[in-house]
Amino acid sequence: MSAKKDPAKTASADAGTDGMPAIDTLTFEQALAELESIVRQLEAGSVDLESAVRFYERGVALRRRCETRLAEARMSVESIARTPEGETGLAPFGTE
Amino acid sequence: MTDDLLAHNVPELTVSELSGALRRTVETAFSRVRVRGEISQPKCAASGHWYLRLKDDEAVIDGIIWRGQAAKLPVRPEEGMEVIATGRLTTYPGRSSYQIVIDSLELAGEGALLKLLEDRRKRLAAEGLFDAARKKPLPFLPGVVGVVTSPTGAVIRDILHRITDRFPLRVLLWPVAVQGDGAARAIVAAIEGFNSLDPAGPIPRPDVLIVARGGGSLEDLMAFNEESVVRAAAASQIPLISAVGHETDVTLIDHAADVRAPTPTGAAEIAVPVRAELVARVLGLAERLERSTTRLFGDRRERLEALARGLPRLDRLLEPLAQRLDDRGERLERVIAGLMERCGRDLADRGGRLQPGLLLRPCEAGLTRLQDLGARLDRESARGLADRQARLEALAPRLESVSHRSVLARGYALVRRVSDGTLVTSAGRAGAGEDLALVFSDGTLGVRVEGGGAPVLPSPAAARAPAGAASAGADAVMPAGPGSGVPETAPVSTPAPASAAVSAGGTVSGTVVSGGVPDAAQPAGAPAAASPARPRRSPRKGEADQRQASFLDDFE
Repeated sequence: MSAKKDPAKTASADAGTDGMPAIDTLTFEQALAELESIVRQLEAGSVDLESAVRFYERGVALRRRCETRLAEARMSVESIARTPEGETGLAPFGTE
Repeated sequence: MTDDLLAHNVPELTVSELSGALRRTVETAFSRVRVRGEISQPKCAASGHWYLRLKDDEAVIDGIIWRGQAAKLPVRPEEGMEVIATGRLTTYPGRSSYQIVIDSLELAGEGALLKLLEDRRKRLAAEGLFDAARKKPLPFLPGVVGVVTSPTGAVIRDILHRITDRFPLRVLLWPVAVQGDGAARAIVAAIEGFNSLDPAGPIPRPDVLIVARGGGSLEDLMAFNEESVVRAAAASQIPLISAVGHETDVTLIDHAADVRAPTPTGAAEIAVPVRAELVARVLGLAERLERSTTRLFGDRRERLEALARGLPRLDRLLEPLAQRLDDRGERLERVIAGLMERCGRDLADRGGRLQPGLLLRPCEAGLTRLQDLGARLDRESARGLADRQARLEALAPRLESVSHRSVLARGYALVRRVSDGTLVTSAGRAGAGEDLALVFSDGTLGVRVEGGGAPVLPSPAAARAPAGAASAGADAVMPAGPGSGVPETAPVSTPAPASAAVSAGGTVSGTVVSGGVPDAAQPAGAPAAASPARPRRSPRKGEADQRQASFLDDFE
């Protein structure tokens, strides 16, 4: 699942810059892992300046992606219900 | 016979009648019995009916489970299974046998049940259903959680509460009976139902499944030990968390699930991360991103500034170079000076060896050769001279015989104008008062013309002729003419004899010139005088010329 460091795996048309996968195709975990990787590399100080700029910009985008996903938190509970015709449907479910 | 007849007063029955009576009796008497025994030779016919035997140590009874009942059995009949069968007795007249028609089976005793489960577990494990390789990783943050459990009871509430606490998200409940008849089938249907949902359909396909049930007796949990349920859980494409009973309860679905949770609440914790933690983690990463980037750029800036400070000024950079240039220039001068000095020494050294002596030898050689050649020349020329002298001496009398001297000797005289030495060949050419010189064979007399230029000579013709002859003679002998000091340099065309005569005359100019040296004696005396001197003379060419000239002088 960790395609964050393998640009070849995500050679889609909407791939992001530098051969990196587009941010919005990443799962939360992938985005978080890539953000962590970027932070570690920047903290190691071993990246050249131009890469550092790109890393930073991508890191900001990944952070935004993660925060957006975390902001989506909303509880909804539904129950699978069988219609009289045997179809599978959804019905609101109350816990009480 | 009568006895026989009497003996035969018992009504006579057919086999069918008897079998029928027997059947009614048995079915009436044993319409519902519970019998405990061990299953032996269970066999499922193609019709779906089960045939088996129940036995104990001493007896055996056939048993049958009709297809309809077999499907509802909580346990599948297995060889050696200790069961309590509930059913009714009936007979099978066709074979003169009786049997029990089993409505339900239950395992006899906990130990027997555990043994059954252990055997089943081993069998399924041997199939590989529980292999670790089959386990699927759970999603880190699921979007939708599917729950398979009873819609009533504490389990679903616990799960929902815990999910809400951690990370509110969408939950789909597939309500099932979790125990009793049909529970296993409902659970299998729920697992398969969730898996068959189209991800793009109206009902979202869950990212993770929780199959849960609250605590209960072993028998209560039996649906989760059912082979069909275990197989459905193992086959689920959606990662599945099992949470059945309490922590100590282990059901077979736990082995097949990707993750076993100790409780339904635990399953919720496993399935869903804590949002607050994630928020903190993202914030922490964001902060580290900012900090590390700032430090990274700060470090570069510091290094740049340090390097810029360390960059020397241009003139500082050039100064040592200029110094080196000066140094090199100086050294170059010294080197050149040294070089020239050495060359000078070399020159002096070699020049010293260039002594006149070096030239002397070739000079001496040349001189020797020159002397040699000179000697040869002397010899040769002496010989030549002797020849020529002989010839000359032979010629001299002849010359004398045709010279004007001989004419003079016969009494004629030459008249010269003293002023310019020219011959006066006619009386008309001499003006009155002019000084003339009369040249005789033995001397010269100075005279002055008196009167006009009329001829005074007694015989002008005679005088003219000799004069003309004398003139012609003077011209002819000019090179050796009297008074000529350097005859060889005088052009032939100039009247050198006249001028010579004038100078000669000049020296004797006066009234009378008396007694000159007899010319005639000289030609004879000169060679005689010159001859002795010849060997003494230098053999040089110039001297030879001189000698030639002086010879001519002598000759004169």
